[in-house]
Amino acid sequence: MTPAIEMRNITKTFPGIKANDRVNLELRPQEIHALLGENGAGKSTLMSVLFGLYPMDEGEIFVHGEKVDIKNPNDANKLGIGMVHQHFKLLDNFSVLENIILGFEDTHRGFLKYDEARKKVVALSEKYKLKVDPDALIRNISVGQQQRVEILKMLYRDAEILIFDEPTAVLTPQEIDELLKIMRDLTEEGKSIILITHKLKEIRMIADRCTILRKGQGIGTVVVKDVTNENLAEMMVGRKVIFDVAKGPAKPKEALLELKNITVEDPLTLQAVVNDVSFSLKRGEILTVAGIEGNGQTELVYGITGLRPLKRGSVFIKGEDLTKASIADRNKKGLAHIPEDRQKYGLVLDFSLENNFILQQFNDPRFQKRGFFDFKAIREYALDIIEKYDVRSGKGPLTYARSMSGGNQQKAILGREIERQTDIIIAVQPTRGLDVGAIEFIHKTLIALRDAGKAVLLISLELDEVMSLSDRILVMYEGEIVGEFDPEKTDEYELGLYMSGSKKEGVA
Amino acid sequence: MKKFSLTGFFSWLNNSEKSIKTTSSIIAILGGLLVGFIVMLIIDPPRAGIGLWTILTGLFRDGTRSFGQTIHYSVPIILTGISVAFAFRTGLFNIGATGQLTVGAFAAVYVGIHWTFLGPFHWVVAVLAAAVVGGLWGSIPGILKATRNVNEVVASIMLNYIGSFLTILMIKTFIYNQELARALPPAASAQLPRLSQLITTHRSSLNFGFIIALIVVAVTHIILNKTTFGYQLKSVGFNRFASKYAGINEKRNIILAMTISGAIAGIAGATMYLVPGRLMTIESSLLQEGFTGIAISLLGLSSPVGVLFAGLFYGALEMGGFYLQVTTRFVPQIIEIIIAVIIYFSALALFFQTYVQYVFKKAAHEGGALDE
Repeated sequence: MTPAIEMRNITKTFPGIKANDRVNLELRPQEIHALLGENGAGKSTLMSVLFGLYPMDEGEIFVHGEKVDIKNPNDANKLGIGMVHQHFKLLDNFSVLENIILGFEDTHRGFLKYDEARKKVVALSEKYKLKVDPDALIRNISVGQQQRVEILKMLYRDAEILIFDEPTAVLTPQEIDELLKIMRDLTEEGKSIILITHKLKEIRMIADRCTILRKGQGIGTVVVKDVTNENLAEMMVGRKVIFDVAKGPAKPKEALLELKNITVEDPLTLQAVVNDVSFSLKRGEILTVAGIEGNGQTELVYGITGLRPLKRGSVFIKGEDLTKASIADRNKKGLAHIPEDRQKYGLVLDFSLENNFILQQFNDPRFQKRGFFDFKAIREYALDIIEKYDVRSGKGPLTYARSMSGGNQQKAILGREIERQTDIIIAVQPTRGLDVGAIEFIHKTLIALRDAGKAVLLISLELDEVMSLSDRILVMYEGEIVGEFDPEKTDEYELGLYMSGSKKEGVA
Repeated sequence: MKKFSLTGFFSWLNNSEKSIKTTSSIIAILGGLLVGFIVMLIIDPPRAGIGLWTILTGLFRDGTRSFGQTIHYSVPIILTGISVAFAFRTGLFNIGATGQLTVGAFAAVYVGIHWTFLGPFHWVVAVLAAAVVGGLWGSIPGILKATRNVNEVVASIMLNYIGSFLTILMIKTFIYNQELARALPPAASAQLPRLSQLITTHRSSLNFGFIIALIVVAVTHIILNKTTFGYQLKSVGFNRFASKYAGINEKRNIILAMTISGAIAGIAGATMYLVPGRLMTIESSLLQEGFTGIAISLLGLSSPVGVLFAGLFYGALEMGGFYLQVTTRFVPQIIEIIIAVIIYFSALALFFQTYVQYVFKKAAHEGGALDE
């Protein structure tokens, strides 16, 4: 059987980094082939080479047995290769239909043939059960639906080989289930799929074979059902990975952060998205707020950190009322914040790594005298964080944050926030989109912080994480805390009922 | 076997972002000169060579005098260039340098005419007045952007016209010379002292404006690269949200950046009119210096030192244009063409950067093969 795609000895170098080093990949027809590797292992680079986004330095690509030269994404499209990028390439204020046909418009005497396009799109969406309204604007539909639009885009261009770049990173559990089903249907209809991921669970659920990359090198290709998750993780990380987090009992002490009846509004609709929430976070515990995305967790954190003013209620940090205090004051009083959106809030992408490390502390006497920077001190501080938190980058402290992989950006933020030595750490989805190795590291770090007598407030959507890390769990639903749980005495099923709003208890 | 490895040199060039950018600026300049030369070839082929030579050597034509004159011409352009570059480095596009320059110039001339009681400090206060008024004018789009999220480009374009017409009105009301239909000249004590007063052998019009420009270059360079203040400005410019998250007052910083940018443009206005022989007019067209500043900022890669050199280069071309007019029958507008082409090429800098990178890479590659 001729492979749908064969990549031989692909090598691609970037300044300071060998992203792909003689990597081989073979995709068989109607196969779901997982491409597994840590952040920065070279998965995206390999696929970008296949999709014509980067020229390769060395190597050969065969499509259906024929040697091809893919210079740009248009070449790839012509060969029937389509890609759903991790960050969708959609125009917000265009309709679904317009987005699908964009760049591939059929015209009649200069006019778009909308009706025919619509028929084709509707037919495709029925055939593959990709339900989406062709006339809805992209900005009005959910992330899951936007992803379907991306899939339809590929199908509209008659792609036979579909590349999914970490497609589940942005989806809710239900949406993930639907996506996996769609992918299965696609292969039954004759498509072949490459799935870039670092989630072992998904590979186990759906992939036939799996190629593992580590630090730019191909480690091997395995048949998924012949190996265990432990095998896969070991091949990916290069050492044994501990899935269960070892953690002793919590020793909670006095409350460090107290919220009293706080209400936060949406600035546009003026509706309360956090409604009358009260709780306290104690020294020496990890308190987790669990919930399905969009139930007010984001705004809750905005309210605590001062990014959005409170409508009602008050925030006390170490007994002091800081409801009206500036963000800078709250930071100084002992708040560290690992933000949900690391590229929007967490980093100045066009700053070097070292400049990002002093984002809150540039005024600290350690780093400046009378307003003039002590560059040597900053460099030393940066090198220290880079080493402690294993932040990998091309040019060390001088690397632009923009050029770093997501996992390393997250490690940089984690390092920066923890090194500020504050008593309270608010971590919002700190492991979102990260690989096994990085997740393990972050989990260990959070537990170490707790054991060192800090207070950790964790906001998480992943129930696995909630169950293994928390000392106490609060469930948030539609802006309210609907239940408090002891992780020893509850299970994912019970939490799920509260998260979906099926059950509710009166919590004071 | 050679000690100096060409490969090493090319790979240094290839890896140094700054050198690539500088090279693309130089390519833009060469391209501009080439187009100027072609135009002269079309107009008067036999003398095109002399024409180009005249443009390039105008700077040295009359010894220290033409040298001084060159610098003198470049002062307002350096200042408006820095005004635009400063805003640009803090994430703002100040297209309103012209308006800030015009109101600043009016303030300087007004003080220069009416506040004669200031004695030896007269010109200093006049320059400061220009900075204050230019800064206030610049702060308006800053305030609108910070508090109402109004795009600073639109706001500052509008303020160019408002500033320009307001200035005409003010000239007519306060400092008008009916006979010449121009503003009155500032008092002698308000004029920028000529450097020839210090160095008696020197004969050009070069004055204290150049010292001011050098100070502004140094101060902005230090602010942007060495201080916590500049760090905050840049941080807000690159990412408002992350800056807010980190506790930086992003609104205050946007306003401050625009105010400083406006103040520098205001000073540029002062250097243009606190000189003998140049009077403010009541023509309803915008002053070109503000827009040239945008181009010079581009050419100087938005760095104060780069802008200094780009501005001096501009002055040298102007000087060349002056001699071109004197010695050949080419019109000095050739200079405008050359500069316009350079601006286009600078705007295409991105393309050049990619191209230069490609050439260097290839050279490094081939050089490597040769060394083996």
